[in-house]
Amino acid sequence: MANAAVGLAARAGAIILAPVGWLARVLDPPLRLMQKAGGQNGMVAFFLAPNMLIFGIFVLFPLVINIAYSMTGGSALFLEDRVFVGADQYRRLFTCGNYLDPGSCAEDLFWTAVWNTSTFVVFQVALMIGVALVTALVLNRDIRARSFWRAVFFFPVLLSPVVVGLIWRWILQREGLLNYMLHGIGLDPVVWLVERDWAFMAAIGVSVWAHVGFYALILLAGLQAIPKDLYEAAEMDGTRPARVFRRITLPLLAPNLLVVLVLTLIRAVQIFDEVYVLTGGGPGTSTLFITQYIYEVGFASLLRNPGLASAASILMGSVLVILTLAQLGIARKNEMRSKKG
Amino acid sequence: MSRATEFLLRRRGGERWHWTDVFTWFWLAGGLVLMFGPALWLVNSSFKTPAALAEFPPTILPYVTAQATVEGYDRPLPLYEVAGEDGRPRVLAEVRRIGIVAQMVDPQEPGETIRVNIRDRTPKRSVSFATDNYVEPFVAFDFLLYLRNSVFVTVMATLITLITNSMAAFALSKYNFTGRSAVMLLIIATLMVPLSVILVPLYSVISAMGLFNSLWGVILPTVATPTGVFLLRQYMLTIPDELIDAARMDKASEWQIYWRIILPLTAPALAVLAIFSVVWRWNDFLWPLIVLSRKEVYTLQVGLNTYAGELNVQWHFILAMTVVTMIPVVLVFIFLQRFITTGIAGTGLK
Repeated sequence: MANAAVGLAARAGAIILAPVGWLARVLDPPLRLMQKAGGQNGMVAFFLAPNMLIFGIFVLFPLVINIAYSMTGGSALFLEDRVFVGADQYRRLFTCGNYLDPGSCAEDLFWTAVWNTSTFVVFQVALMIGVALVTALVLNRDIRARSFWRAVFFFPVLLSPVVVGLIWRWILQREGLLNYMLHGIGLDPVVWLVERDWAFMAAIGVSVWAHVGFYALILLAGLQAIPKDLYEAAEMDGTRPARVFRRITLPLLAPNLLVVLVLTLIRAVQIFDEVYVLTGGGPGTSTLFITQYIYEVGFASLLRNPGLASAASILMGSVLVILTLAQLGIARKNEMRSKKG
Repeated sequence: MSRATEFLLRRRGGERWHWTDVFTWFWLAGGLVLMFGPALWLVNSSFKTPAALAEFPPTILPYVTAQATVEGYDRPLPLYEVAGEDGRPRVLAEVRRIGIVAQMVDPQEPGETIRVNIRDRTPKRSVSFATDNYVEPFVAFDFLLYLRNSVFVTVMATLITLITNSMAAFALSKYNFTGRSAVMLLIIATLMVPLSVILVPLYSVISAMGLFNSLWGVILPTVATPTGVFLLRQYMLTIPDELIDAARMDKASEWQIYWRIILPLTAPALAVLAIFSVVWRWNDFLWPLIVLSRKEVYTLQVGLNTYAGELNVQWHFILAMTVVTMIPVVLVFIFLQRFITTGIAGTGLK
């Protein structure tokens, strides 16, 4: 059945691609002339041009003017209409009586979002790695139909954040399935998305549910790369399983665990979509996270302030750059180690 | 009984059960319920009428309460089964309810009202799938338009991603030119710049180009994916250069080499990127939410979120449209998951 589907997809692809093929043929004569004129380097430029142009306009240029934006004030959209205010936006973000108490800050929502995000990152990453690791260990056992079970845990990863948010809103609502189950075992119902702490925990749980399959797969790949003879040797020596896990599995899985740690950190700092659909940042501001703060200050609220949103996004970006650099550093270290081995 | 348990408890190699075996079984079974259950519950609920959705406790099957039009009453009345005085069940229609007593009439003889304790009656119900939940959003609301927009964005973005990324990957893998490592470094740097960091300036770029409220404003910023360039480049590096040299000998142009030799040989990697691109673009939410502010250009995700955010949430429509939104990814999952799950382990894509 899968083959038939791939065949069908290939045929559909061929139909969609037919005009592209025709275009490629028509393009050949002028490109030949270009090659004659510009030589091989000209052709390199031609091949790189579309990607780099799009990349330049939509990633690089915005990145550069983002810094300029963060130093301007007012609500005008285009940079030339905006007033230069220097570091005022940053100053506003950092004006605070006590950083731990958002109420004492000029931008109380920003600090609420910062602390919410920090708490979220700590608990979500810990839970994510824990569940992913256990799942990977279970999937790595000698079980039947492993590819089926692998797929089971992977399924939610493909769902869109809107779908994830709505599925769980439906289950967690006052008269939803979860409350019915609680009722069934004699517990009082909870209005999950209306009580602050429960809504926060729901945000953590739902985001773990949606992404854990991805990280479990990375860890599973790492587990499967551990040479089997190490385990056989340990078995011959009569080593206890707990010791095998601590002395063989964990150290050899460490590089993968680090990669997963950094990836989950990077994604958790930017958490937005599924939580936004699930709770809308509420109740109150209990699930307001940094990205939603940027979105609301920059676009959604009536008193929109693009400069302030830019400044906040640059601060978040700096955290992400540090985390990504850590990831690249880890990757390089791994590469060197595997070259040595 | 004993043979059934024996079958269930059988273990490979016939060894004794260890606690880890119990745990494995528990984890897998729990995972099955937890990972598929919510989506199945959604599909299940999407076939219920608003009245059935409001019921607590919820039923598994979509029931509707039978109704009858009774002479002398404007609206149709719900039917109940009531045990009569002689012990035979009678079907009565409810006129109104006061506390725990319901006033009911016999649909055949609407003259006299009968007072019944509400504990003595059960609603007369039958299983019926509310397919209207699916039809009406397409006919009465704009969901057909949203669907079309989503398909357009997904197909165009994927096509452009495949073409531009593969061209760049070809240049970066098969030519030696000055500045190649600089370009590679630039692309690596993009990995650090998620969309959420450049929302404001990107929005102004899109507006300045007149792409605000345009589907192209959603498509263009997402197509120059660094991951795609990486994936294709790594794959193209494994294609032997001798093939290219031989083609040059035969007077093939560089464009033809790319088009006729490299692309067909890169097909497996292109397929993986295409699958990922389809899932990414179909699921995109934050950026379309910012760029699209008019209903005519909403994608399914944005439209669905808007409907779900309205004060008077019409869950029966939203559930059905969520199922529709889920269908393409579920198809990808059913037919191509093996591709993806093995691909992730190799490339770390998502």
